[in-house]
Amino acid sequence: MKTKNEIIKTLVTKRCGVIKPDSIEEFIGAGGYQAVVKAFSMQPEQIIGEVKASNLKGRGGAGFPTGIKMDAVLKAEGSPKYIICNADEGEPGNFKDKYLMENDPHQLLEGMIICAYAVGASHGYIYIRGEYGDSMTALEKAIADAKANGWLGANIKGSGFSFDVMVHSGAGSYVCGEEFALIESLEGKPGRPRNKPPYPTTAGFRDKPTMISNVETFSNIGIIVNGGGEAFKAIGTETSAGTRLISLSGNVKNPGVYEVPFGVTLADIVYGLGEGAPDGQKIKMVQLGGASGPIIPPELLDIRLDYKDLADEGISIGSGAVIVIDERFGMMEILERIMKFFCRESCGKCTPCREGNRQILNILNKFIACKASEEDIKNLTSICNVMCLTSFCGLGQAAPTAVLTTLKYFGGEYTGRLAAKS
Amino acid sequence: MIELTINNRKVSVPEGTTILDAAKKLGITIPTLCYFPNQKTKANCRVCVVEVDGYRTLQTACSTPVAPGMVVKTNSPKALEARKVNIELILANHDARCLECSRNLNCELQKVANQAGITDNPFESVLVMQDIDDSSPSIVRNPNKCIKCGRCIEVCRDVQGLNIIDDAGRSADMGVVPTFGKFLNDSNCVACGQCAVVCPVAAITEKDEIGVVWEALSDPSKRVVVQTAPAVRVALGEEFGMAPGTPVTGKMAASLRALGFDDIFDTNFTADLTIMEEGTEFLTRVKNALTGGKATLPMITSCSPGWINFVEINYPELLDHLSTCKSPHQMLGALIKTYYAKKINVKPEDMFVVSVMPCTAKKYEAKRPELSVDGIHPDVDAVLTTRELARMIKQAGIDFVNLPDEDFDNPLGLSTGAADIFGVTGGVMEAALRTVYEIVTGRELPFDGLHVKPIVGLEGIKEATIKIENPVADYAFLDGVEVKVAVASSTKNAKVLMDQIAAGTSPYHFIEIMGCLGGCITGGGQPRSADPDVRIKRLGGMYSVDEAKVLRKSHDNPYVKSIYEEYLGAPNGHLSHELLHTHYNKRGKA
Amino acid sequence: MQLLQIIEKHGRQPEDLISILLDYQACKTDNYISEDDVKMLARQLNLTESRIYSVLTFYTLLSTKPRGKYVVQVCNDVPCYVKGSVNVLKILEKTLGIQEGETTADGVFTLEFTSCLGCCDKAPAMRIGGQLYGNLDEGKIGEIIAKYRGQ
Repeated sequence: MKTKNEIIKTLVTKRCGVIKPDSIEEFIGAGGYQAVVKAFSMQPEQIIGEVKASNLKGRGGAGFPTGIKMDAVLKAEGSPKYIICNADEGEPGNFKDKYLMENDPHQLLEGMIICAYAVGASHGYIYIRGEYGDSMTALEKAIADAKANGWLGANIKGSGFSFDVMVHSGAGSYVCGEEFALIESLEGKPGRPRNKPPYPTTAGFRDKPTMISNVETFSNIGIIVNGGGEAFKAIGTETSAGTRLISLSGNVKNPGVYEVPFGVTLADIVYGLGEGAPDGQKIKMVQLGGASGPIIPPELLDIRLDYKDLADEGISIGSGAVIVIDERFGMMEILERIMKFFCRESCGKCTPCREGNRQILNILNKFIACKASEEDIKNLTSICNVMCLTSFCGLGQAAPTAVLTTLKYFGGEYTGRLAAKS
Repeated sequence: MIELTINNRKVSVPEGTTILDAAKKLGITIPTLCYFPNQKTKANCRVCVVEVDGYRTLQTACSTPVAPGMVVKTNSPKALEARKVNIELILANHDARCLECSRNLNCELQKVANQAGITDNPFESVLVMQDIDDSSPSIVRNPNKCIKCGRCIEVCRDVQGLNIIDDAGRSADMGVVPTFGKFLNDSNCVACGQCAVVCPVAAITEKDEIGVVWEALSDPSKRVVVQTAPAVRVALGEEFGMAPGTPVTGKMAASLRALGFDDIFDTNFTADLTIMEEGTEFLTRVKNALTGGKATLPMITSCSPGWINFVEINYPELLDHLSTCKSPHQMLGALIKTYYAKKINVKPEDMFVVSVMPCTAKKYEAKRPELSVDGIHPDVDAVLTTRELARMIKQAGIDFVNLPDEDFDNPLGLSTGAADIFGVTGGVMEAALRTVYEIVTGRELPFDGLHVKPIVGLEGIKEATIKIENPVADYAFLDGVEVKVAVASSTKNAKVLMDQIAAGTSPYHFIEIMGCLGGCITGGGQPRSADPDVRIKRLGGMYSVDEAKVLRKSHDNPYVKSIYEEYLGAPNGHLSHELLHTHYNKRGKA
Repeated sequence: MQLLQIIEKHGRQPEDLISILLDYQACKTDNYISEDDVKMLARQLNLTESRIYSVLTFYTLLSTKPRGKYVVQVCNDVPCYVKGSVNVLKILEKTLGIQEGETTADGVFTLEFTSCLGCCDKAPAMRIGGQLYGNLDEGKIGEIIAKYRGQ
């Protein structure tokens, strides 16, 4: 068993807990904003080249290569261009973006400034979910200090480049984590996704080219610019570069946010960092990524944190949540919670998500009451597959993941609850 | 051009074409539900999903543009199954008592369910029955039928510029409702019924008056008189499988007689009469304005009751701009219960007047207390939409398509071509100009075929200038005056012209407004159509009816002349004012 | 602050509707946006009333019905659930004498479910008047509620 120090690698969180988050001086003293200075000495294409070389993938969950996204915005026609930080961390079990915003807000701004310079954006927005009051306060203070010190605003540090950032509050909607739903919300409308194409890179906020990325993604940009893309790529595994922030919660002794390099195993996280279930309990299942993520049995925890290894198993860790559930809890009651969440949070736009979630819940209730039939397993599978295949946005497509993965890994939980044949 | 493969067949289409349209080119029909021609792509219903090579998920054919080398399967087992499940999910939250539904056999959901081969629904109903909103005299909203396609929201917001209904709530609770869940009648709804035209199911329909009409027809003590609006005759045939725009005037008259109506009159007659009244009113206003008197200009037409509702609600301070003329069917109703009743010696209270209209707002209009000749009996007792008339004809088992043509009854059944074009945007103005110009100058309107070209067509706002030269002696004051007219259709376009008036910048003397885009040809009571060119086809039908007539100017209508001689006196005279004119109410916004 | 002042502060852009609604609602003791507020906003921002109503009913932090001065939100998701959020709800229902979705007779508290509050490492958690409270147990809940009651 590896020790905590062998598992953890602090890159994005290196200043967290070390500096006072509300002190721009301490941030600068710890090497902050140096990456901005360096970036201003580079050509936009060079910066994007480094991000591409780093193999950084979006940390929001979808894992789209950040360099390619930046390139698309740079090359897109239209102005102004916008940078949007997606800080709508609504996926249950995730709190790492909150941790970054409240412990090192300037690092996020630094990343946004560099990206803005690289893609030619003049305005930025940080869309923070309405439940995160402290994060908003932290960022508003950081923005004010950055402006007062010339790191934001007109002609930043004499570079001739101007960029402003505003904090925007969400108002309670999980779907606004979807990029177009977030943009709709930022435009003052209900947060429902738009048709793609066009993608936000060509027609995003106010129909202008927009780079929209997650808090953790932006927070990595300064590191890449400082150390170079190749050095970043060397961290982690062949197929996954850098580190991931893990939000560890549920029945573990040590919940919290941990930064680990790609390549550690899920067991390292659950047992090495979390020290397993408390009170001598046994772990029954672990949900990865949050409510929309797969539920796996403890036997699968030896899998490495790596995009490819996870994809080979047909699962994903999404935005990095690891929720541990011990044997005191039943599979069905957990699934019921999860599906109630989606029933509450679906935006209602498309048929499969609006109608599918509650049909899933209805069928689960039959299993809970031990009144289900073989037919119910078939119908459940059918709705889940159709939601994955036909929902309008990624959130509806991912909503049945927990049910689908438990059908795969915990099939006995379903067959054991069929009504006794008379 | 982009080449792709659909169901193993190659097809070339222009860039930007959707999979749906590319498939259509090959004769492959992909079922759709939320998709509607000339509306934005919504891709909500997820019924048109198809398999595209290289994609993990299925793609919606309505929203996905083609790409070079794309390989599409529209009927793979995976696509068919997904389509079926999505339709089943909709059905599980739909009041699916199809046999008791006004859209039975004419319902888009029913059609796709049938196409998908649904015979039983594996999903339990999650429908929570809600109250039906039948507060409006025009429109009934049944939330239990709504499938949340969003078509009605779009037409109300983007075409009509009203946004009375919108989505509210989210997830399973999402509904399409007026603000704060109010009754339609308590909202600022103008009753145009455009929502009912685009609804794929029976979630929004006209208020059914078929029952009261059958009741009147079966009452031996009632003299039941029917009249038909100009736009009905170029659309009714569609309900019986005929091409949009086909004039069916003769079959319509025949079927009305077959239904048992005692007198078959034509609202067109009072369209001609309206031109006499409105034209006279206009000339009086212009004369007053140009000779130093007080007159409110521009004058605006008042035939479209949805438009009247819109002004009363949104521009109560500008009501004086409206012509005081009742709308043509109300004029005819008034004449039927006075002039005609006397002529045939029937008591007005024994007469029952039915108007067949392309319009839902006419239902509201007919219930206005001020539209009554004696303050007790309404001018018009019941209003049927074109769709409702078609249903009655079907109920009666009439073989509409093979019916020999018949004529309207007289004297209230004869009309000129000017009256026919009342049903299309620009038509009322053209009809008015045909008469007014001739009164003022003694010469025929100097346009090819009498068509005022700048105001013919489907654009939302049109304008024209007509210079008056060498007028007759009575109108000498108009010599050299350039009369500026404008025409707008849809309340959204009307708003543009009204805001000019409110701001004091309107350059016009005379404005024609129709509440629905394109005019009555696509009114809220017309047949629902999936034909993207339905407007232009019906427009063509209207002008063809006009051009086929010998008499094409309202003042040439011999019965119009005689009704003034034997009954009304002069246009805008005392009796005209009593029977043919009205006043408006400063309602303001709810 | 009055609605007009808040609108002025944000700058009359329809885009700022949600920020205006959140700010204004926070100023009101009954924690909701009324029909009259909607009418006023519609005029000031040149938006339709139904569009504002659509926004109001979409977001959970906004309400069209009067609520208590303090909205008590209890997390209902798995990380809190496995750490006892069901008990938190029961304790709150007992302490406040109301069920989920209800407001106390004195108009001080409304009890609601919320989706994840993002403090799963301190589960079970709740949020009162925008303030987060984690690692809850019966004693702590009692103290917190007593504190708000006193205010």
